[in-house]
Amino acid sequence: MHAVDDMDRKLLRILQDDPDLSTARLAEEVGLSAGACWRRIERMEAAGIIRGRETVINWRALGYEVEVYLRITLDKTETNAFDSFIRAARDVPEVTRLETLLGRVDIRMDIRARDLAHYQEIYKDRILTLPHILDIEALMLVSELKHSESLPI
Amino acid sequence: MSDDGARIDLDETDRKILRELLRDGSLAAGAVGRRVGLSQPAAWRRIKRLEAAGVILGRRLVLDREKLGFGVTVFLGVKLAARGRVSLEDFERAVAAIPEVQIVQHVLGVYDYRLRVVARDLADFERILRRRIMTLPGVGDVESNVLLSVEKDAPGLV
Repeated sequence: MHAVDDMDRKLLRILQDDPDLSTARLAEEVGLSAGACWRRIERMEAAGIIRGRETVINWRALGYEVEVYLRITLDKTETNAFDSFIRAARDVPEVTRLETLLGRVDIRMDIRARDLAHYQEIYKDRILTLPHILDIEALMLVSELKHSESLPI
Repeated sequence: MSDDGARIDLDETDRKILRELLRDGSLAAGAVGRRVGLSQPAAWRRIKRLEAAGVILGRRLVLDREKLGFGVTVFLGVKLAARGRVSLEDFERAVAAIPEVQIVQHVLGVYDYRLRVVARDLADFERILRRRIMTLPGVGDVESNVLLSVEKDAPGLV
């Protein structure tokens, strides 16, 4: 494992808050030369510690008003329940995220739809037809108060 | 993040730009332009327009949690105990201020709130749960599900 030191952590903390900060400004803030700062960032990118940057999109502005999180319990008496469920669910384009969990439910997935009618259509035609479902619980997003990828480093 | 930006008309080129930026958020305007067949200034202007219209909200740094020592991600479903008697704002402000809590969503369904929490290990998670989450004003029933694997992470249809 690649070790990060206090200076690396400082750089990451600043970049987490402001990912668009230029290397020159970043260097200034931590008191490094621009070259030294750039090399540290490069090293953390090469080591896969910094995986990249992601664009944050306002899906509502694009006409996607509905976001639903489905929590699914699978019929585990079926030997291949997980594999065949995941394979089929992955192919549903409106499923944006699919995760396996340890807890009361087995699977969690995110669905994004244009409106409730569209969601209902996806649910009926593409979700309920997935294999080995025992139970489904739905949580519908009302508002998002915090969404950060920042780590408490 | 749920602010409704003014709906703007997007053409196919805008959609292509968004798809490229969703695939790789570190692309500069010049690189985006090359991929969609626009000059750097033309791509830059379109990206600025998408930002001004509130379609692009910004960028996030993506770090490798495990390499930085955060081995555990837990989803919590939280029910508030005494509806009406606790202020939602108090709960929301307090929970959003916890650094280990990355996502706070107000939801409709069997829970009132959905949280995503990162922790170094299960012992660290237990500490966060007991000392920081269970002590929040108004917290009732809490259900934890530990993330085992991410099987799909697609940006969505543009």
